[in-house]
Amino acid sequence: MTGGRDAGIFQPLTDAEAEANRRARVLMKGNEAIAEAAIQAGCDAYFGYPITPQAELLEWMARRMLELGRVFVQAESELGAINMALGAAATGARVMVSSSSPGISLMAEGMSYMAASGTPMVLVNIMRAGPGLGGIGPSQSDYFQATKGHGHGDYHVPVLAPASIGEAMELMATAFELAERYRTPVMLVADGILGQAMEPVELRFRTPERQAFDWALTGAAGRPARIVNSIDLQPELLEKRNLALQHKYRDIARHEVRSEAWQLEDAEFAIVAYGTAARVARTAIARAREKGIKVGLFRPITLWPFPERELARLSRHLHGILTVELSSGQMVEDVRLAVEGRCPVAFHGRMGGMVPTPDEVLGALKALRAKVGRTRAAEHPDDPDDRGALTSGHGHNGRHVDVSAPAGAQRGGRR
Amino acid sequence: MTLQTPSRESTGAAAPRLIYHKPDVLIDRSTHYCPGCGHGIVHRLLAEVMTELDLPAHTIAVAPVGCAVFAYDYLNVDFVEAPHGRAPAVATGIRRVRPEAFVLTYQGDGDLAAIGTAEIVHAAARGERITAIFVNNGIYGMTGGQMAPTTLLGQKTTSSPNGRDAALMGFPIRITEMLAQLPGVAYAARGTVADVPGIGKLKAMIKRACQVQISGGGFAIVEALSNCPVGWGMTPQESLEHLKGPVVEAYPLGVIVDRGAVGAAGSTSVGSVGRTDAARQSEA
Repeated sequence: MTGGRDAGIFQPLTDAEAEANRRARVLMKGNEAIAEAAIQAGCDAYFGYPITPQAELLEWMARRMLELGRVFVQAESELGAINMALGAAATGARVMVSSSSPGISLMAEGMSYMAASGTPMVLVNIMRAGPGLGGIGPSQSDYFQATKGHGHGDYHVPVLAPASIGEAMELMATAFELAERYRTPVMLVADGILGQAMEPVELRFRTPERQAFDWALTGAAGRPARIVNSIDLQPELLEKRNLALQHKYRDIARHEVRSEAWQLEDAEFAIVAYGTAARVARTAIARAREKGIKVGLFRPITLWPFPERELARLSRHLHGILTVELSSGQMVEDVRLAVEGRCPVAFHGRMGGMVPTPDEVLGALKALRAKVGRTRAAEHPDDPDDRGALTSGHGHNGRHVDVSAPAGAQRGGRR
Repeated sequence: MTLQTPSRESTGAAAPRLIYHKPDVLIDRSTHYCPGCGHGIVHRLLAEVMTELDLPAHTIAVAPVGCAVFAYDYLNVDFVEAPHGRAPAVATGIRRVRPEAFVLTYQGDGDLAAIGTAEIVHAAARGERITAIFVNNGIYGMTGGQMAPTTLLGQKTTSSPNGRDAALMGFPIRITEMLAQLPGVAYAARGTVADVPGIGKLKAMIKRACQVQISGGGFAIVEALSNCPVGWGMTPQESLEHLKGPVVEAYPLGVIVDRGAVGAAGSTSVGSVGRTDAARQSEA
């Protein structure tokens, strides 16, 4: 079985076949794998609007949801789609919407309403390069939009960022779980490469258990009428609603932070990256290790809540951090907030649909190492280790490299 | 002999004839609407119709942004509040996952005929099996009386202080006639709260729009021409005269289309694409 639409994997199977399939690996396109994972997670209704590079997700849903007797509607716009999702989700249905960056901007209104009214829903953003109409190349330039609010008002949504198609499939189930557990919209962000590339994946799916909702609109037969809304014209009441939301966000930040550490045990340097940038970083790290540079990867899987405690702890033992993104440098702000000057934080990124090469990242890493070496040599002139760092390869070919070490900052820093 | 209060039994008189009864679904509460506003009448008609058709227990209604944003404070049914103009999209989502529910939207003219134009047109085009109540008072009441797409030519509002000038601000929209062109629309009608006969006819229209949904038809809309004494700068009585005169002249009353069950996409329930609910019922 080599995947694709006609792989026959969705026909009724015997138990033995099902078990064999569970172990099998098939080649799937990211958008289609995400869609199928949502279906297997029990998605009752999907609402969408065509946009590149997520159109295959909508197309997969168009075919499969109707096959299964579930709900698929191609809306008149992303505004239509997100509000259809609001209505369906308000009745307690398991609902998903997907789009790409410009469409996600239009969905900000509905997301704000759903966050405020506590309506669970999963939104997938297959990010493309902006701003404006931008292009259709892969990008991570919606990090601010995803993690810093998206729509109006004081709110957050959990943001999951897979680095592989297989992980995206697993995280779809997690997304529905988080949405229903915390009564919140949840966003899954992947760049256009993850959406459109094909990778071998295991057909492992998870269906989160159904909960009974005491808020869902089902018709008020035999109970008092329910209201799903977000208006409070009395400031006292609206503050109360906001405090409850903030309480929920603290709860999520305490329990739902996810990140991955790779080759960090002996690392002097770390690359912080998510999604496709983390894949590039892994290759760069392998090459750096061949050259004797002790570097590992710290990969946030939840972009909100950001793994700030984990990164803060890690930064105490590092000489420096390089953040790599498919953007002008958005997550790097959260990295710096978490690191609090304990070590220098550099950035390397590409924009417009360009993806950094492993050699570019290696160059940026070497530049950081050289700069750190110079600083450390100046502070500890007799330390032979640091002289070594000083002489080994200055950065080359690294664009947008910006090594920002606060004055006097050093490893171990202020605490 | 002592005086006794005569009881019905002892006098044999007929039980008093009930001529006014508050439908249970109408919550016993003063509304926030301005004196003379027509929203209260439309709420009341809706409550009467819903009660007569035994709908409240399985109704999921969508409240708009605008003066009727608090409709759920007066109608005792499940309610979701839509962002401005999006009620038909929200109702679409409900309809598709809850084929058994009675789905109702309630919108004003700014909500439905300006910011929500795309949503209402496409819900109608899909023939979503929902009942849309559209209260048209030709003004943005809640934000202080600005010009709406339905504002009459020459009408003064806070954002057309010299009167609506077609050269600058375009023409009023007869959106219900526009929607009636769409084959997915099972029923479209326009009534008014201007006087008692009008209110009676409006109630019949609302009832028909609800029955169309119940019987598996497509999209149904009733436009209720209403008044806004405060926004129009008139006394309630003057505003009713104005409503009966130039407003009704600009927006003719009557049933615009009644196609019965249209069998459009929205008339089908989950998992039975291509068949209307009525068709499924007849099979059963």
